[in-house]
Amino acid sequence: MSATLLAVQALNGLQLGLVLFLIAAGLTLVFGVMDFINLAHGVQYMVGAYLAVVFYGLTAHFGLALLLALVAALVFGLAMEALVYRHLYGRSHLDQVLATFGIILILTEGAKAVFGPAPLSLPRPEALSGAIPLMDGFGYPVWRLVIIGAGLGVAALLYGLVQHTRMGMQVRAGATDAEMIGALGVDIRRLFMGVFGFGAMLAGFAGVMAAPVFAVEPTMGDGLLIMAFVVIVIGGIGSIRGAFLAAVIVGLVDTLGRSFSTDVARMFLAPAAANDVGPAVASMLVYVLMAGVLFWRPQGLFPARAG
Amino acid sequence: MTLAAETPAPARAAPPLGAVAVVAALALAPLAFDAAGAGFWIVVLSRGLVYAVAAMALQLVLGRGGLVCFGFAAFLVIGAYAVGIPYHHRVEEGLVVLPLAMAAAALFALATGAIALRTRGVYFIMITLAFGQMVYYALTALSTYGGDDGMTLWGRSQVAGFDLFRDRRAFYWLCLGAAAGTWALVRAVSRSHFGRVLEGARQNEARMAALGFDVFRVRLIAYALSGALGGLAGALLANHAEFVSPAYGSWHVSGELIVMVVLGGFASVTGAGFGAILLAVLEEVLSRLTSHWKILLGLGVVGVALLARDGLAGALARWRGR
Repeated sequence: MSATLLAVQALNGLQLGLVLFLIAAGLTLVFGVMDFINLAHGVQYMVGAYLAVVFYGLTAHFGLALLLALVAALVFGLAMEALVYRHLYGRSHLDQVLATFGIILILTEGAKAVFGPAPLSLPRPEALSGAIPLMDGFGYPVWRLVIIGAGLGVAALLYGLVQHTRMGMQVRAGATDAEMIGALGVDIRRLFMGVFGFGAMLAGFAGVMAAPVFAVEPTMGDGLLIMAFVVIVIGGIGSIRGAFLAAVIVGLVDTLGRSFSTDVARMFLAPAAANDVGPAVASMLVYVLMAGVLFWRPQGLFPARAG
Repeated sequence: MTLAAETPAPARAAPPLGAVAVVAALALAPLAFDAAGAGFWIVVLSRGLVYAVAAMALQLVLGRGGLVCFGFAAFLVIGAYAVGIPYHHRVEEGLVVLPLAMAAAALFALATGAIALRTRGVYFIMITLAFGQMVYYALTALSTYGGDDGMTLWGRSQVAGFDLFRDRRAFYWLCLGAAAGTWALVRAVSRSHFGRVLEGARQNEARMAALGFDVFRVRLIAYALSGALGGLAGALLANHAEFVSPAYGSWHVSGELIVMVVLGGFASVTGAGFGAILLAVLEEVLSRLTSHWKILLGLGVVGVALLARDGLAGALARWRGR
């Protein structure tokens, strides 16, 4: 494992981590502020990617498609909130799991019905489709760097919003004790809607940015949703800072684990067994990490909720 | 845990005459289907009965214990591989693999429950999900046993060397027996002193602890029992499909099992059983209507979650109460 390979994989891990962060940020806020467990958040990511494909087909311009997809993802998230999710606040987690599981079935199958089961692709913008040469004639795609940059930018923006605006203050207070800030005169319903719509838009943004790298398919959000849950549980529910750190950790652990676990396993096992064990251990690593964190710190690394 | 001698005997409900009638009707159903030339429905109902075993097992921890386990499919897939792996090594004896499936799943439940039951609420949901995913990925890596693709079994488990369950009716009756047994067991456990402690811990954990009950131990035992029954369901599933695959352990299956329990009304073990059968029949009927039947199923699921908070059992109770 050369230094170049390690660097490339670390960048890939960082990129996965930041995509995860974009999804997890909305998830952790919705969860923390509204105590609402939204399994359908991964679908929002899928919807974002498909919207971008549709708008790209109409405009043939990536930037314009991105902008339109963001607006549409926001509108879509707000509509879902008004239609379904609003009626589930304050209900048991079981009802929420059930309803959002149903939404996953509907939207995943809906995407399949409208766009077909075959993966679609979204081209990268012309100017950003090249590669930056690394050592030994090995290039690193610019677009992946753009994803990393966008992720870091959104993280900084979110930090500013949550820490330094009035709305952000209410969001933080809501994550600690939503009932109390309602009693203090904050319009919780509007706050919930705002948080929800914003979270949906971020997940949609992640979908648009990831679309040129991964295939756009109906089930693309499933795996990432579970990973995003791992992220917010490790980071501590309701904490943006926790979500950011945990997302980067999970992205790096997963990517580096997948690239090097077979090599590591070969140090201890016969090659045939190592080829079996390596990938299995790599896929399990983040879940082992989460179980470990929950065992020693049952509230995650940065618990937001009081008490 | 010592059972207090003065605990009042649980109120006896009406003698389960209704249950006997339902089982008898279900037992005769294959004859009717064959006579009507609709033998295919025997296969559909068998699958429903297998999932009923799993759903009723889940109901014990979910409905009675209030523990939202989102990794129940792990027990199922462990049970299935406890049939599949011995089969690969030419061990096809049901009297060996069925107990093996239950023991393996119960052991897994004990080990993971000991960790998961230390967490509460949503963290419990997530950690059980994590354990389920671990099993799923571990099985996809078993390339000797088919890896991702799973493996086909070229037959069903035997009993004392006899190939009893080749016939789909015989296999149906086996599933029915397992479902009826599970129903009776879970119902008896739920109504026992043990079940009341479990229920009490769901309603108020601190109070049960203050009363001197070891809540953690009670929950762990219930979790292991539920896991064993889940393993049984998995073993039956492997036999039903004559196929074993990591897909049985996917988190979608865990979600569907929760749907079955809630569809039936999550406080009722009978409801969970019928919820599972209903879902199996519904999937079959809807998939004949349209290839995108999952949209209809999803709409139904959302509707149940939003409107019918106590599922089929509740709707039935309201209808009777009128």
